[in-house]
Amino acid sequence: MNIIIRLIPFVLFLLLGVLLYRGLSLDPQSMPSALIGKSFPQFTLTSLEDESQQVTKADFKPGIKLVNVWATWCPSCKVEHPFLVKLAKDDRFSLYGINYKDNRADANQWLKYYQNPYQFSIFDDIGKLGLDLGVYGAPETFVIDHHGVIRKRFAGVLEPRVWQRQFLPLINTIEDEMVKGE
Amino acid sequence: MKTNSLVNILAKNLKALMVLLSSAMIVFATFTISAGPIDTYKFPDEVTKKRFSELTYELRCPKCQNQNLADSNSPIAQDLRKEVYDMLLDGRSDSEIMDYMVQRYGEFVLYRPRVSSITYILWFGPIVFILIGGFVVFLLTRRKDTEPEHLSAEQKQQLKSILKD
Repeated sequence: MNIIIRLIPFVLFLLLGVLLYRGLSLDPQSMPSALIGKSFPQFTLTSLEDESQQVTKADFKPGIKLVNVWATWCPSCKVEHPFLVKLAKDDRFSLYGINYKDNRADANQWLKYYQNPYQFSIFDDIGKLGLDLGVYGAPETFVIDHHGVIRKRFAGVLEPRVWQRQFLPLINTIEDEMVKGE
Repeated sequence: MKTNSLVNILAKNLKALMVLLSSAMIVFATFTISAGPIDTYKFPDEVTKKRFSELTYELRCPKCQNQNLADSNSPIAQDLRKEVYDMLLDGRSDSEIMDYMVQRYGEFVLYRPRVSSITYILWFGPIVFILIGGFVVFLLTRRKDTEPEHLSAEQKQQLKSILKD
């Protein structure tokens, strides 16, 4: 009995130690978005290509949508751009851009020069939509399902390995849901 | 007489030097204290100003994770400070502003996590640990206290005689 009582603090200490040790190997940068499972925020902004054209959520096509936050000031965006151009050929989803806190002329120049993978880009120069999406940098990519609900947020460079591991399975899941009529 | 005045002058200058040095140090210290990002926000009153500094102190920068909004110079922290400022002038309450940030950036942005079912361990764990530890110590020490009672009359006598010396 005495031994058991003596061992209680030691066992608790070990448990706490294991817990904290596991915490050391967690990636503090990987934060799930607070918006997962919520519907994509409302916005009324202009399209990047045409200053006079207003775009809203209603302009998204039905089905699965990928929304990519980008800017010309962001070096990683340049890295992921060729991959986005490749992705744009996939017809399982439609790709949209949010041009985040950027200059319109520079951004249009960039799309001309590096090809435009987006159906359209939303021009968010003051970062209002970015704020509503919980964006804290660029590039970031969101997956929106057929109900307009945010299913995933990925911060960082989109590249084939991330795509294979994290995005494709999710797109398959959403497609299954669409078939089932959920 | 001459040497005496020289010493006097030196002493006076020394005093001036000391004053100069210490004031330089004070100025330097004030600069280092206000070395954080400088925004030129104007506040209608002292209360709003205080609320702003409290909120930006308690909200964490999503990008630079070990800094609060008040400390960080990253673009997102600047934006969020602006947002906090706008909401304050808009007459929103502190908890509304906190909610606004949590809705967008998650519980993560709060340096002081809210008490909820997920954070019970965080909030009450240490108290539970201390209670368990205290209880165990109490149990173990109480047993030890009873041991000296087992001395026989002869042993007690012996102990007394030893303690007398």
